[in-house]
Amino acid sequence: MLNAPLKELATALAQKKISSVELTRLFLNRIEKLNPALNAFITVDAHKSLAQARTADERIARGGAQPLAGIPVAHKDIFVTRGWLTTCGSKILSNFTGPYDAHVIERFNDAGAVILGKTNMDEFAMGSSTETSFYGPVRNPWGQAYVPGGSSGGSAAAVAARMAPAATGTDTGGSIRQPAALSGLSGLKPTYGLVSRYGMIAFASSLDQGGPIAKSAEDLALLLNVMAGFDARDSTSVERAREDYARDLEKPLAGLRIGVPKEHFGEGLAADVGKAVEAALKELEKLGAKRVTIALPNSGLSVPAYYVIAPAEASSNLSRFDGVRYGHRANEYRDLADMYFRTRAEGFGAEVRRRILIGTYVLSHGYYDAYYLKAQKIRRLIANDFVEAFKHCDVVVGPTAPTVAFKIGAKAADPVQMYLNDIYTIPANLAGLPGMSIPCGFGRDDLPVGLHIVGNYFSEAKMLNVAHQYQKATDWHKREPAGIRP
Amino acid sequence: MKWEIVIGLETHAQLSTASKMFSGASTAFGASPNTQASAVDIALPGVLPVANKGAVERAIRFGLAVGGEKVINRRSVFARKNYFYPDLPKGYQISQYELPIVKGGEIRILTKSGEKAVRLTRAHLEEDAGKSLHEAFRDSSGIDLNRAGVPLLEIVSEPDMRSAEEAVAYAKALHALVRWIGICDGNMQEGSFRCDANVSVRRPGALLGTRAEIKNLNSFRFLERAIDFEAKRQIEILENGGKILQETRLYDADKDETRSMRTKEEAHDYRYFPDPDLLPLEVSEKWIEEIKAKLPELPEAKRKRYQTEYALSLYDASLLTDAREKAEYFELVCRSLEGPAPKMVANWITGELSALLNDRGIDFSRLLVSGKAFAKLLDRIKDGTISANVAKGVLHGMANGEGDADAIIAKRGLKQISDAGAIEKIVDQVVAANAKQVEDYRAGKEKAFNSLVGQVMKATQGKANPAQVNEILKRKLAD
Repeated sequence: MLNAPLKELATALAQKKISSVELTRLFLNRIEKLNPALNAFITVDAHKSLAQARTADERIARGGAQPLAGIPVAHKDIFVTRGWLTTCGSKILSNFTGPYDAHVIERFNDAGAVILGKTNMDEFAMGSSTETSFYGPVRNPWGQAYVPGGSSGGSAAAVAARMAPAATGTDTGGSIRQPAALSGLSGLKPTYGLVSRYGMIAFASSLDQGGPIAKSAEDLALLLNVMAGFDARDSTSVERAREDYARDLEKPLAGLRIGVPKEHFGEGLAADVGKAVEAALKELEKLGAKRVTIALPNSGLSVPAYYVIAPAEASSNLSRFDGVRYGHRANEYRDLADMYFRTRAEGFGAEVRRRILIGTYVLSHGYYDAYYLKAQKIRRLIANDFVEAFKHCDVVVGPTAPTVAFKIGAKAADPVQMYLNDIYTIPANLAGLPGMSIPCGFGRDDLPVGLHIVGNYFSEAKMLNVAHQYQKATDWHKREPAGIRP
Repeated sequence: MKWEIVIGLETHAQLSTASKMFSGASTAFGASPNTQASAVDIALPGVLPVANKGAVERAIRFGLAVGGEKVINRRSVFARKNYFYPDLPKGYQISQYELPIVKGGEIRILTKSGEKAVRLTRAHLEEDAGKSLHEAFRDSSGIDLNRAGVPLLEIVSEPDMRSAEEAVAYAKALHALVRWIGICDGNMQEGSFRCDANVSVRRPGALLGTRAEIKNLNSFRFLERAIDFEAKRQIEILENGGKILQETRLYDADKDETRSMRTKEEAHDYRYFPDPDLLPLEVSEKWIEEIKAKLPELPEAKRKRYQTEYALSLYDASLLTDAREKAEYFELVCRSLEGPAPKMVANWITGELSALLNDRGIDFSRLLVSGKAFAKLLDRIKDGTISANVAKGVLHGMANGEGDADAIIAKRGLKQISDAGAIEKIVDQVVAANAKQVEDYRAGKEKAFNSLVGQVMKATQGKANPAQVNEILKRKLAD
């Protein structure tokens, strides 16, 4: 059961081979056993989860339940959840209980899924290693000395260690895809606007997008079917007809044009990763796809542009955490200004403070044009690169991250090295395009390598088709970390 | 003139929507603290703003009224104005910065020196902040977020005004206009319409002087007094060889003075940038057309029409169009009269009726005299049933709900005496009884004539036809 695809779990539940309560307990037990070492969850509440499981069982007994009814799902602690502690990995929200449900949580609740717990993450999703969390670093199930990637590292570790069948994440610069890659999982960042941001605590509003992390493309399709959908409460939510993201899974890949950006195979790409990705491209060709070399000439500007735009938006988005209405407030202060200073200095960790300062700087009078406005222009250029590329190919394929997982602490002192982890994933966020990562082999120290697939706007079904066909021909996604086998 | 005063106004008009600019919470005034603050207004983690279509529509209505379609930006952008304050829950105010919804337009004003157009720089949508309550608490402050998120239209004029009188005329015209087009209730006590004034002085023809921005002007009287004070203050400084600081000043109504709040150096860097939670505001031609079609005839158009169609003076036309209900009342009365008499209607509305409304502290909506009933009253003057003087009393009776003009005339027996024989008899009696006045009149004292007329009117309880009384009395005295 711990390794079963979601479809199998749904069938078992529907056929009453197992109840949702039993299934939920199975994973709760697993969490109890493994989480102390891995630190993937910030909050687990067996009482609440089991109550929800009982309701799901009643629903299944009545018949006509939806595909995910009774299946436990772990949620990144960035999604506000009614009655659950919702910390965003930060001290400043360490006492904040969600007074409402995020749209994503609502959708899973409506589908009858069970909230299995809230997963650890980089503080306010700022990080690529899940080391910046107020709740301590998450360990990679493939090697506990290694980071699981980030910022959705808790969700990735939870699924990789089979503590959860599936999880939600958010991706601002690669925070779903990079941890999926480093943890041997499948993860998808939808087209900007496909999944409502309502109740998803904002990091960089124009880049943030929620999405699923799971063991296979097929699972991702089922999860996306629940998560995607118009929400009038998010002005950037796109109003379009509902679709079944699993509809094209079985289509053959014959004639598919895969674009390979030469810029993503140059300096900085580790040899082991390059080798695994090259093999995956060969595999796709074997499945009938045609390889096309494409250019993303402004790709190299994506990291600098991102590290202007994202901190700029974050500096403003995080202003509401001021100790006035909720969250942490300093115990002692002289006056209002002192209350702000102390509350925010105590409440935010070093990386968050760094980005608030960068963001405040680039928006300041006299610097706005040179930084923010220029970065926005670069963003447009990067989006145009993809428009041009998609004239020649159906999907863009390359490495998700330049290296396999690195050791905890290895890059913590060097923010620029840390930021370069997202060099291949950031362009999709800047352009608003959907992107996903699937396992495609192993590199140094037997750590997983991720294959990055970027599609055109709203082409999630096609990307999932490519990934599923690849996963039918390979078994990388079925591998599980040694030493944690049940 | 030695110094020229230069004034520009920034006006915040609260838009009359039921819900807030970016949330569904109510905008009703006076609720207990924080009972009208939703998750969005409190800025809980994860919540997002959604622009209120009704507020956008009202902003478009305003744009159409001050400049037509050409001043409506088809694409405008919401921007964040970042600063920390406890009554600003998000740590930023959502406003519009580089691309406001309205760019340009003008407001026409009438002052002693004639008619003048004050150009508008822009009008943009934004949300209001909450309120800090310092009085009710010891060692701490309270925050009321009911007002946080209330929709505002900030209307910015060019520095086109040259006196406090002009500034007040502009503010009054703007106040009348926003009510006229139904986008703001104009309630200044509740803060629905508030002005900040940018004031500078210069030698005529010189470049603009350094300005001070005066905040907190919530009545026309304060606006006038604050500008007068501030201009005097600046002139005094300059004449003593000093320099004006660019600063924000607060008007203190109790002391009738302005005092410094913060200087330019202390000004915030608001770090404006486009709000990524909101898409650019796109306004379609179709929507503009729909709004335009529903727009009432505007005061300026009415003023022009009254001058041509009714041959009224600009002054009368302006008085009649300072409020939409008044203009509509005027037109209804004109339409209901038995024969056209627009000048008479104008005089009655701007004179006796306005005085009555003022005395009673009511507006047209609470006036018990309908336009049709008022027209009947005027008909009775015209057909000689009652005199204008008697009609005033009848009007008050009507306003008290005593019935229509005819009923009151009948009940009080006010029908005018137009029987020449009857009047002649009374005139004879008055002439006989007032030998002294008759003698005075014949000696050339015109005043004595009026006294005699008064005696006749008194004897008839005001019912004698005044024109006939005049004529008969003159004839008798000439005998």
